[in-house]
Amino acid sequence: MVRFWEGSGRQSVIRYAKPTTVEEALALLGEDRWRILAGGTDFYPAQGAKPFRDNILDINGLAALRGIAETGEHWRVGARTTWTDIVRQKLPGAFDALKSAAREVGSVQIQNLASIAGNLCNASPAADGVPALLVLDADVELKSARATRHLPIGDFILGNRRTALQPGEMVTAIRVPKRSAVGSSAFVKLGARRYLVISIAMAAARLVIEDGVVADAAVAVGACSAVARRLVGVETALRGKPVSAALADAVFSAPIDELSPIADVRGSAEYRQDAAREIVVRAVRAAAGLDEGKVAA
Amino acid sequence: MSMTRSGMTRSGMERADIAFEVNGAAVSVSVPPVRRLSQVLRDELRLTGTKVGCDAGDCGACTVLVDGNPVCACLVPAASVTGASVTTVEGLANGRLSALQASFLEHGAAQCGICTPGLLVAATALLERNPTPSEAETQDALGGVLCRCTGYRKIVAAVMQASQHVNGVDLRLPEAGHAVGASPIRLDGVPKVNGTEKFGGDSFPADALSVLVVRSPHYHAGFSFGDIEAWVKAHPGITGVFTAADIPGKNCFGVIGPFADQPALAEGAARLRGEAVALVAGERETILDLDLADFPITWTERPHVLQPREAKAEGAAPIHQHRPANLLTSGYVERGDAEGALAGAAVTASGAFETSFVEHAYIEPEAGYAYMDGDTLVVVACTQAPYMDRDDTAKVLGLPVEKVRIVPTATGGGFGSKLDVSLQPLIGLVAMKTGRPAALAYTRNESMMSTTKRHPAEMKATIGTDGEGRVTGMVFEGDFNTGAYASWGPTVANRVPVHASGPYATPNYRATGYAIHTNGPIAGAFRGFGVPQATIMQETLYDELAGKLGIDRLDFRLKNCLRDGCETVTGQRLESGVGIGECLEQLQPHWTRAVAEAEAFNATSTASKRGVGVASCWYGCGNTSLPNPSTIKVGISAAGEVILHQGAVDIGQGSNTVITQICADALGLPLEKFKLRSADTAISPDAGKTSASRQTFVTGKAAEKSGRALRDKILRFANVSENASLDLDGSTIVIHQGEATRRIDLAALDTDADDLVFVAEETYDPPTLPLDAKGQGKPYALYGYGAQIAELEVDLKLGTVKLIKITAAHDVGKAINPVLVEGQIEGGIAQGIGMALMEEYIPGRTENLHDYLIPTIGDVPPVEHILVEVPDPEGPFGAKGLGEHVLIPTAPAILNAIRHATGVLVTKVPATPSRILAAIREKEARR
Repeated sequence: MVRFWEGSGRQSVIRYAKPTTVEEALALLGEDRWRILAGGTDFYPAQGAKPFRDNILDINGLAALRGIAETGEHWRVGARTTWTDIVRQKLPGAFDALKSAAREVGSVQIQNLASIAGNLCNASPAADGVPALLVLDADVELKSARATRHLPIGDFILGNRRTALQPGEMVTAIRVPKRSAVGSSAFVKLGARRYLVISIAMAAARLVIEDGVVADAAVAVGACSAVARRLVGVETALRGKPVSAALADAVFSAPIDELSPIADVRGSAEYRQDAAREIVVRAVRAAAGLDEGKVAA
Repeated sequence: MSMTRSGMTRSGMERADIAFEVNGAAVSVSVPPVRRLSQVLRDELRLTGTKVGCDAGDCGACTVLVDGNPVCACLVPAASVTGASVTTVEGLANGRLSALQASFLEHGAAQCGICTPGLLVAATALLERNPTPSEAETQDALGGVLCRCTGYRKIVAAVMQASQHVNGVDLRLPEAGHAVGASPIRLDGVPKVNGTEKFGGDSFPADALSVLVVRSPHYHAGFSFGDIEAWVKAHPGITGVFTAADIPGKNCFGVIGPFADQPALAEGAARLRGEAVALVAGERETILDLDLADFPITWTERPHVLQPREAKAEGAAPIHQHRPANLLTSGYVERGDAEGALAGAAVTASGAFETSFVEHAYIEPEAGYAYMDGDTLVVVACTQAPYMDRDDTAKVLGLPVEKVRIVPTATGGGFGSKLDVSLQPLIGLVAMKTGRPAALAYTRNESMMSTTKRHPAEMKATIGTDGEGRVTGMVFEGDFNTGAYASWGPTVANRVPVHASGPYATPNYRATGYAIHTNGPIAGAFRGFGVPQATIMQETLYDELAGKLGIDRLDFRLKNCLRDGCETVTGQRLESGVGIGECLEQLQPHWTRAVAEAEAFNATSTASKRGVGVASCWYGCGNTSLPNPSTIKVGISAAGEVILHQGAVDIGQGSNTVITQICADALGLPLEKFKLRSADTAISPDAGKTSASRQTFVTGKAAEKSGRALRDKILRFANVSENASLDLDGSTIVIHQGEATRRIDLAALDTDADDLVFVAEETYDPPTLPLDAKGQGKPYALYGYGAQIAELEVDLKLGTVKLIKITAAHDVGKAINPVLVEGQIEGGIAQGIGMALMEEYIPGRTENLHDYLIPTIGDVPPVEHILVEVPDPEGPFGAKGLGEHVLIPTAPAILNAIRHATGVLVTKVPATPSRILAAIREKEARR
């Protein structure tokens, strides 16, 4: 059932709807322009004290979009799944980086509200969830009333605050291919204080280790480019290396061409470039079980 | 306006009936479904225990439980709680305080109390699943709630030990004559933990008009208004728009009369981003839905300057026509021959240092309401200085001061910024013009943009010693960016030269402080008035000198610190009460241990290095060479209560408790007989501003004098001698002297207009002398002293700093209330940590609490406090002030520790990871 209110704003009619099925939500998306309200943790700060002037599609009634399920090929994370849901769910070790990132998103109060899809749709360069999803080769499920499509994270987030979301579409799930949900992973966040902090930089690493050798590696860094990036040169350098302290050397000597950090209030561009490599080392070491991944602040 | 259907609001969206449960009771509200839960709780249900600090999830003050899970109520749409169970702070006590609330009171974990509800709710969720959490678990659970007063350590302890307080709180008060030196539960404590305390935004009348402030989006711009009348007509529900043209009085306020220069509403041009230019008043729902985008104002941007070096450059346009070179004023102290001493010094050290704007970041944004009571304007708002608010508001609004009444609410932190008026003249103007109550709560953004900051400083100094390591001379010069208006800039310019020597004997000295206008935010009072900045300069040079001399850094300070009988740089001879030597001596064993531990760690660690730093402070309590009186009135009512007119505004620091403790022991009656009257200007005499570390000292002295005077009156009435003891038994005063007992039946005696039978009112003004042209004189009647050691670890690859411990020795003369003293120390240290490592306000960029970082519960290490009590004969029971002292040594101690760890001194604060790593890299490149 669609619960539906309409109101008359001074400039225009503003609609609010809180559908209870995805089909209803998609039908509404197909007929008008809407701003989607999910966890609210980016929605309300962006609103500030300004009055509402957009139609608001409140998707908090869509029970089907919350929770993590195992399907034949994928781990399927519903769009509305909160960071707390992710922390509490039993998942393979490949998700440890994601769980660790989940614990660093804002605060417990934020983690109890904020949704994983919101983190992607908000498209902040400093979104903590993105590097961990990148190393899981996750993709984004987009639905409209007419079609369903899937985009890799890197094709979904196009830039600072820009995504590939089309009018009429919404994110319904994040999917992690089971073939990528293997190995062990770790996440390192670098911030200027301990809690509630926007990252200066963060890194996620997932390693598949066979017989003491890195069989596969996935490494990503956030907040050092408009969109978090996988570091292909580092991954290549790590593959085939024995698990030892020398993994750090492989990272230090690998080319990193993907990053283009900017200077802002949180740090200089040079600092980010330097620190990114260092936290990659730490994420790799932690994923390899060489030491604890720890928050560097 | 289009047709309004029944049930329709003007808020652009139809209301919905939303039913849920709050604290176990079923409720239903009719609100737009996307309205923030925090607003629903506060405005619809009047559950104002849930506080709003940022409306963005950055501060956690609005934390509530929804179905048992903590969330920020400001981020939850009303629609989401349909059918849910919500718990607020008001629901934590079931007729009696919960163990957690009791533990908060016992530990002194609530100071101003504005963040307390959010902390209690978040901690309740933790304790539900884990009754005995570890420190790390406690920090993880509370990391989302910011506190600016306490430094968090007492909060952590209160949560970890909550399970030991299941029997509630011990509210018993010390017996007569034993109040001073005891640490009873703060007298205003219970309302701070049960959600009933009323802060600036918690008691708006239901029929109040809401006020919106139109502010400049530019650093410097001319402006003109279009057809305001037509705009008002086009917006039903708007009652009026008010501009500078409507101001009936002198549109010019300022905390220091001769420098007053700030309009309540700008006239024709705005000098800073965020300056108020117009007020829009209207019905609450109208204002909530008002978009100011079409407000008829045209801006013409003008060139602006943000840096003092641009502002004072030749040819720079003056921000105020009568202040050439944008110099507001300067302060100067000269003693002996500084140049000569440096020329002849065996060793010298020179350096330059830069600091940033620092935001006070109290969790309560400015809030209040005003109404007309007959022909008297009443302003009910948070403040640090009710009488100064009264005088400035009256001036702006053209009213005699007796026609303005300031009623202070509880104040959710101030730290200096709530000394200046903010919204008082604005809401006062609306109430006067409309005849209706007018209410306003600043958003976090407008609070940060429009209110004062700590002055950024650009300083340079040289200090020299003889071959033995005795300081022989010092030269200091500092530019302080005072922003667009004067505020407390003159005080900073004057206090800095007086204090820049630190608490060290400096026979030859020259120091100058300049307050320079820019189009930046107004820099005013912030805990220390420029002294924290200057101390960074001096204390980092002291480390360099000790290094050059090959003397232990603590020994070097001990060798040079002021002692009884020394003269200060202003030529003031300190006869007694100089406690810095004892503070440093008390730190010696801690220093030895810390240095040894750091060396042991560094012997094996290469990726990170530990460091230890020390720094001192001194600080004159009260106004600099200016009158500074406090008046305290205390009486005995016919009902047998001691009525204390406690005019020293308690902004969390504890004056409600401390002033009463002093008065109780001076009078000789127990604390439990005291009833406090507030700092309402209509009922209590002026106890001055809560500033300059003066309340315990100055108002405390007035309380001591009035307590003794009241005691004398009673004893004279009873015709007994001075050594008699007093007691109150119902409405009878019982007087014992030796074997004899006398009883005074209060009900049988006449009372005055205030229903008091006996009453005393005494004033104290600290004896100071003016400073002459060379800054020589006696600027303060007494000084407080302190020194701190910082231990930390620097990650050499990332430039991050992990604080390990702060050891703080503070000479407070006499700790009237040791737990409150500890609270001040920990809170000051937390602000010092912020200043040292993370806080940098950049106008236009960090006007919120996620870009502007203050320490969280995970950023303050264990603090060991050492209370040194070297009594000062001028202070009540020997007490000295300490509110500002406690912040001063922290940042320089941290910077010195970073240098000890890394070999590099970062010369700009905050020492962010980025700046620290850059300094390390630069040093490596020099090799």
